[in-house]
Amino acid sequence: MSYSDKVIDHYENPRNVGVLDKESTSVGTGMVGAPACGDVMRLQIQVNASGVIEDAKFKTYGCGSAIASSSLLTEWVKGKTLDEARLIKNSEIAEELALPPVKVHCSVLAEDAIKAAIADYQSKQGK
Amino acid sequence: MFDFSRNYFELFGLPVDYRVDLGELSLRYRELQRVVHPDRFAAAGAHSQRLSLQSATFVNEAYAALKDPLKRAQYLLELKGAPAGEGNQTLNDPAFLMQQMELREVLAELRAADDPFARLDALLRDIDAMIKNETARLVVQFDDGGAAQLAAAASTIQKMQFLKKLQAEAEAVEAELEEAG
Repeated sequence: MSYSDKVIDHYENPRNVGVLDKESTSVGTGMVGAPACGDVMRLQIQVNASGVIEDAKFKTYGCGSAIASSSLLTEWVKGKTLDEARLIKNSEIAEELALPPVKVHCSVLAEDAIKAAIADYQSKQGK
Repeated sequence: MFDFSRNYFELFGLPVDYRVDLGELSLRYRELQRVVHPDRFAAAGAHSQRLSLQSATFVNEAYAALKDPLKRAQYLLELKGAPAGEGNQTLNDPAFLMQQMELREVLAELRAADDPFARLDALLRDIDAMIKNETARLVVQFDDGGAAQLAAAASTIQKMQFLKKLQAEAEAVEAELEEAG
């Protein structure tokens, strides 16, 4: 199995690696992990008052596809509203990165991560 | 030659229990291995030889599954009719995942430290303690055996999968550091 050029690009030059203040009420943190491969992914979003994602950061310990999926996702969600971000499907990530079937679960992990981050942000707003 | 429909515990004459006497297991394994070893069937017909090979493979698989605390838990949970969460399922335990993330960071950073071996030893000890902890939890969960505890066992197994992966990566770093001398 070989990685696509896009996966390699994101793997070698990951976008938006880092951390946001998880205690901040304008930050949502999504922590997900895939037991089968042991990958762990943290995806964070910074949301402004009008519900637009202003910044996104991630850190992923896992294979190239998992890193590329989360890196791509942080690029995609920036500037989107929460409702728009929630609509991103793992199949779009898998397609963009040309992930082979055995690596599609990495894009699922990324989708789970953004959903978890949005849920975390919204639970903070609800308080 | 023997019955492939028996479960792994029955094969070794052990009770179907998460607690396994490893000494007993390895003793029974060696006995069975002697009985089915393909060398004993070198002069026998092609059918017996094939059967012997299949049996030896079955015995080896059974031994590997029962010897390892994680594989044993996965196998036992499957026997109890609750397949262990595999594949796409994600673990919904942010605190545990956060801790895993931190431990990966520790591992990533220790390469550049002045005393990488001391830090790595400490990390490996921590991981080992955590794995033992989850193993102890599994004993309790399987002893109970109720639906709720078996569901909890599935989560414990998932945590062990993360810990095993982390352990393998830490050991890989150790080998790398030793090579670099």
